Amino acid sequence: MSTDTAPNPQTGVAQDIPTGTRVPVSSFVSNLREYGLILALIAIMVFFQLTTGTLFKPVNLSNLVQQNSFIIVMALGMLLVIVSGHIDLSVGSVAGFIGALAAMMMVIWPLGGFFANPLVVAILCLIVGGAIGAAQGYWIAYHRIPSFIVTLAGMLVFRGLCQGLLGGGSSVGPLPDSFKALSSGFLPEILGTWVLIPPTVNAAGKTIFGSGVTLNLTTVVLGIIAVLAFAISGVRSRRTREKHGYEAEPFGLFVAKTIVISALALFFVYQFAVYRGFPIVLVVMGILVAFFVFITRHTTIGRRVYAMGGNIKAAQLSGIKTERLTLLVFINMGVLSALGGLIIAARLGQAVPAAGLGSELDVIAAVFIGGASAMGGVGQVISTVVGGFIMGVMNNGMSIMGVNVDWQQVVKGLVLLGAVVFDVYNKNKG
Amino acid sequence: MPSYILEMRDITKTFPGVKALSNVNLKVEEGEIHAICGENGAGKSTLMKVLSGVYPAGDYEGQIVYRDQECHFRGIHDSEEKGIVIIHQELALVPMLSIAENIFLGNEHAKFGVIDWGANEKRTRDLLKKVGLREDPKTLITNIGTGKQQLVEIAKALSKEVELLILDEPTASLSEKDSQALLDLLLEFKRQGITSIIISHKLNEINRVADHVTVIRDGRTIETLDRSEISEDRIITSMVGRSLEDRYPPRDPKIGEVYFEVKNWSVYHPLHADRQVIKNISMNVRKGEVVGIAGLMGAGRTEFAMSLFGRSYGRKITGEVELHGKPVDVSTVGKAVKRGLAYVTEDRKVFGLNLIEDIKNNITIANLKGVSRNGVINDLRELDVANEYRSKTNIRSPSVYQKAGNLSGGNQQKVVLSKWLFANPEVLILDEPTRGIDVGAKYEIYTIIARLAAEGRAIIVISSEMPEILGISDRIYVMNEGAIVGEMAASDASQEKIMRAIVRGEGKAA
Repeated sequence: MSTDTAPNPQTGVAQDIPTGTRVPVSSFVSNLREYGLILALIAIMVFFQLTTGTLFKPVNLSNLVQQNSFIIVMALGMLLVIVSGHIDLSVGSVAGFIGALAAMMMVIWPLGGFFANPLVVAILCLIVGGAIGAAQGYWIAYHRIPSFIVTLAGMLVFRGLCQGLLGGGSSVGPLPDSFKALSSGFLPEILGTWVLIPPTVNAAGKTIFGSGVTLNLTTVVLGIIAVLAFAISGVRSRRTREKHGYEAEPFGLFVAKTIVISALALFFVYQFAVYRGFPIVLVVMGILVAFFVFITRHTTIGRRVYAMGGNIKAAQLSGIKTERLTLLVFINMGVLSALGGLIIAARLGQAVPAAGLGSELDVIAAVFIGGASAMGGVGQVISTVVGGFIMGVMNNGMSIMGVNVDWQQVVKGLVLLGAVVFDVYNKNKG
Repeated sequence: MPSYILEMRDITKTFPGVKALSNVNLKVEEGEIHAICGENGAGKSTLMKVLSGVYPAGDYEGQIVYRDQECHFRGIHDSEEKGIVIIHQELALVPMLSIAENIFLGNEHAKFGVIDWGANEKRTRDLLKKVGLREDPKTLITNIGTGKQQLVEIAKALSKEVELLILDEPTASLSEKDSQALLDLLLEFKRQGITSIIISHKLNEINRVADHVTVIRDGRTIETLDRSEISEDRIITSMVGRSLEDRYPPRDPKIGEVYFEVKNWSVYHPLHADRQVIKNISMNVRKGEVVGIAGLMGAGRTEFAMSLFGRSYGRKITGEVELHGKPVDVSTVGKAVKRGLAYVTEDRKVFGLNLIEDIKNNITIANLKGVSRNGVINDLRELDVANEYRSKTNIRSPSVYQKAGNLSGGNQQKVVLSKWLFANPEVLILDEPTRGIDVGAKYEIYTIIARLAAEGRAIIVISSEMPEILGISDRIYVMNEGAIVGEMAASDASQEKIMRAIVRGEGKAA
């Protein structure tokens, strides 16, 4: 304990206290939960792979991503809402409303030209989503109306507006192909394909050697770049830590961790590459996930959200403008709900009155399975994404197994409860 | 041979990584008031949790013998059945329920689950009379002060046929008057044959009521003092393991020109619009000066400080704040911080810390700009800052990644101080900076205050402990009922003089 600046008149006391052994705080221990969650996801995937045999099939992986991306996109916003000590029940309705709005703009309303362009429509819809978030956040932040109530109202209002916009019970479509690409499209192939092992064909036209697997090169290259970037940034942050005299996690552990994660990533890259490449929505999701990891871990605004959720009074007395921050969190949620709505509409190819119905519960479940605290102040982006995929994989796996939808609900409910019970049990034990 | 009501033998309790208690022994005689002293984190509260069954039998080693019978309490319920009742530092009352409802919570006079309110209220009245509290049993807890709430807790204990009453720092948040009343009550209980264990930092109180004092240090019993051996100096020596000549660090004040000035400051109550809480206060602080604000609980000192600091309290605030003779806008916390003000709260758990975050994040939260560029935090710079302040203020923890909620009171206070030191304020308002922390940590905090003053900062210290105000201030304002009723140089101030100012002020206000 260096006390070069502090006068230390009482050496007796100063060195008395730290009784017991020091517990080394490695990042491994502190992130144990995150690793546990990833292991759980892998275990669930392996289980379904063994029972169904199709989960890891390239086409199914693409489906999995396309089916669940909107949940994860909205869960990113929900994480911040929950960390700041609130809840948003309106996201499913907002998503449905935005999907309807987008469809009306592109298909029904005679806007023509510029305003019917899918990209312009998408941007306008995101802005509307932000405005919806602001409208709800305003009551929550500045008038201290409980978010549960405000967004419950929003849930009713926007479901109603969604149905009204679509003119009762009808669906509106078909949406333009360029819009549908958001959900069902794949990254365009620029580099061409590459046949992994050229098949050798015998006289009868049967393949006797080689798989004939063709790889989507763009995907391979992007995947390798991403994995390399991950590894290099890991090494660099380790170096700077050491240079500043702080202990990093044990070298062996670091290497093992990096290799395992890279190998897993490359496995999935390969699976996508042998099919049609990266789905566009996966890329969108990936960018958003990276963005929110950065926001929550490395920016002042992220730090303030956690501080506000942990103790709002202390945050206010530390000079944090909690009202504005709450508003911002809900605007962010609105924008991401809108994006979720666009993804749903693009996947269905049309806007339907029930789009996003009940999805707020999946979104909230993903965040809580990811270990966020209902009291606020606690929660991680990566864990939330993993939580979302746990839900998604179970949906997907059980559907392939032919489990009845009713029973799927039961299982999902129990998994949510189990995850949170596990968390609370661990916390009490620690 | 005295008869012991309670013997705790060789109690050892281990938490992951820390031995909180090792072979602690405690013998309490029938019908006495037994005090337990020790620095924060010494293990007093842990010991009481072992006794009351919060840490169930099997979770610790050692024996608990109560009335010559070995006990294995599996929860609070078991210990209460035997007549052992503990009243925690943080009161366990439900604010929106009435006194009667709280007293009989979980223990209602009821038939088939239907509550007999008449019986409850009658019993409550009897109990309230016993503890000397004149309130309607229907009054909501939230509408009575902390002192009275404490009495409700004691009445609740009495309702459980208490034989051994344990009070964990009962007077920590009470005014002088309420504390006296509470201690008198304990003496009255003693006459009635109720045994009490009292944990306290206030040595004068222990001196007054205790028959025996057991001192605990670093999870070990140091010694048990007899009535005849009890003296403040003796206890302090035993608590810190050496004698403590000076309770306040020496200072050589270099006082400069007036830096911080408040003029005609008035504040109204946030809920009752016509109640003026702060009445036309004017005051100033010079560079390098430590100004104390003395007064009783409820004099309006905290309200004054918080209203100054970004209008964090009250409404219809009028008056002016000047720095260096120029009026400045401190109407939001952000602006106040920017102008160089800092307010270290009296209630660190509620207003000061994010208990679920680590030390590092708590230290930097009021000055994130200092560790970031364009909104992006520089992790290593932040780590450097956190470590720097951790050693500057001598926070005892394995690392800066320790959660604030797991620290002892003194260390939490140092984290709050570090947070504001890192914001680099010119004017520092410290509200009860040493409340509920031990003698050693107090001295460290006084040292930090002295150092800040020596650096030329203007410092305001609010404290209810008069010796502390007298010990560290250069000049003292006395506040009562929202107004300043006296000002004196520390050199010619005394406890009597301060009290006289308060009493005279009370006369004036009436």
